Amino acid sequence: MSRSIATRIGAEPGKATRSVILIIVGLVFVVPIAAMLEFTFRAGLAGGYTFAHWTGIFDPAQASNYSNLLVGIGNSVVLAIVTVAIVLVVLLPTMILVHLQFPRLRRVLEIICIVPITVPAIVLVVGLAPVYSVVVTILGGDTWTLAFAYGITVLPYAYRAIQANLGAVDMITLSEAGRSLGAGWLRVLWHVILPNLRRGIIAASFISVAVVLGEFTIASLLNRTNMQTALLQLAQTDGYVAVIFALLSLIVAFLILLLIGRLGRTRGNRSTS
Amino acid sequence: MTVAPAPVVLNGDAEAQPRRHPLTESALPPRRTRKRLAKYLGLTPFAIYVLVFLAIPTLLAVSTGFFTSTGAFTMANIVGLFDPAILTTFFSSFWVSAVTAVVGAVVGALVCYALLGTKAEGALRSTIDSASSVLAQFGGIMLAFAFIATIGIQGMVTLFLKNTFGIDIFANGVWLYQVPGLLLPYIYFQVPLMIITFMPALEGLKPQWAEANATLGGTRFTYWTRVAAPVLAPSFFGSLLLLFANAFSSYATAAALISQGSQIVPLQIRTALISETVLGRENMAGALALGMIIVMIIVMTGYSALQSRTARWQK
Repeated sequence: MSRSIATRIGAEPGKATRSVILIIVGLVFVVPIAAMLEFTFRAGLAGGYTFAHWTGIFDPAQASNYSNLLVGIGNSVVLAIVTVAIVLVVLLPTMILVHLQFPRLRRVLEIICIVPITVPAIVLVVGLAPVYSVVVTILGGDTWTLAFAYGITVLPYAYRAIQANLGAVDMITLSEAGRSLGAGWLRVLWHVILPNLRRGIIAASFISVAVVLGEFTIASLLNRTNMQTALLQLAQTDGYVAVIFALLSLIVAFLILLLIGRLGRTRGNRSTS
Repeated sequence: MTVAPAPVVLNGDAEAQPRRHPLTESALPPRRTRKRLAKYLGLTPFAIYVLVFLAIPTLLAVSTGFFTSTGAFTMANIVGLFDPAILTTFFSSFWVSAVTAVVGAVVGALVCYALLGTKAEGALRSTIDSASSVLAQFGGIMLAFAFIATIGIQGMVTLFLKNTFGIDIFANGVWLYQVPGLLLPYIYFQVPLMIITFMPALEGLKPQWAEANATLGGTRFTYWTRVAAPVLAPSFFGSLLLLFANAFSSYATAAALISQGSQIVPLQIRTALISETVLGRENMAGALALGMIIVMIIVMTGYSALQSRTARWQK
């Protein structure tokens, strides 16, 4: 009912207009994905189609060709875990502390967390190179150390996800209620604050995972191997398999973000802004 | 020795007390300062982390351009920014970002308009939201692959156009691995970013405004031009700036498509980092980073100014 009124007075598009726009844009956006899929079935330059590239992934005889990719995927997974740990151990407690104890610092924290949008990865990497030459001497040159840089790149996304949740729940009243009922700080944190922030925490973790899995710039220019750099390398030798894995990772990322969307709106609170 | 721990235990107990006795609390100044100190201590891990991995790298990035590799101060790199070869890359970056930002903003806004009135929790919206996030943030290398498979020399669309209509899109040379080749992949991630950033603004349009417009005898046209457009303008242009910044700073897609040469600024930084001599100058990467960050600061300042004007209508 309300929809038809809204359409009649011009506030919303009619059904036909909506369908035309969405179908045209949708088709245009499907073409490159479809082209990737079509490419993975090609037999070669001569034409014809084959399943060989897909079945080849499971062929142990060819596994050595993908060993670098497997290393890259392994590294990316480790990086994702460490980055999420940084978000949860460094960013989250700071956000809670600032929210409850330093209301005046909220704006400062927000600005700090938005800065990485203005300082793109390609710029950050110029300054990260000397920083990492020091990091390597302290922590070693293992790939997981890249997670410190990734923690910065995910900062805006993680901050936004947690902040949306912090802002929607009255943390100050809740924690004071807990305190006045005799609970200690740890107890309040663990039993009152964190359960109320669950959705924001999950959303921040998932978006961090998605961003880390897609990261290329920093890993590539600091000469580390992650999933993306390995994919690009594999594309030079076996383009078909590179495209297959690219497609698969797109699907995985899509599902991860679909899940965040579901979590974000279970209680009518939109956690992205 | 046995007495000493007592005050600590007492303090521990007192801390468990409710905080609603400000008088008793201020009556214990030493404990209060200690508590405050502890609170500030809680901020240090984040402060140190951001200092080491954000502040220092950023400062290093923009300052190394002023020094030679031996540490002597020099303006040579900054002067190098005005070298015609470097200016050309900045110009290429500008026009690629501008074109893709404008196309992305217009198409993205159209999609947002089409989505008005659909349920935010519905399957259509959540699919489009997730797909947009993936393409806007995850793209990079995949988009390069996708467009090589689509409009590469052996691409699906290339072959289709050639075999069906006899059109050779590369008749004047292969442009996919040049700057013009960046346009389509960039638009492919700009449109989704526009959908993500502009949708909240469109949803902020109150149905009452359309009703008021209709009651006062306004048409659909007057509603969009006289009511919606002025309200949406700051948000639209803000999103446009964000899209510009996004394309300007994007590296992965370009790096995967253009393996030779350095036609845009991020690729120029790559060359400077790898070979360490652009135009025969050391530390040119720092100067390029400084140039980029100046552009980014100008664009993002405009963005946040426009964004704060938008926020007014989203209450």
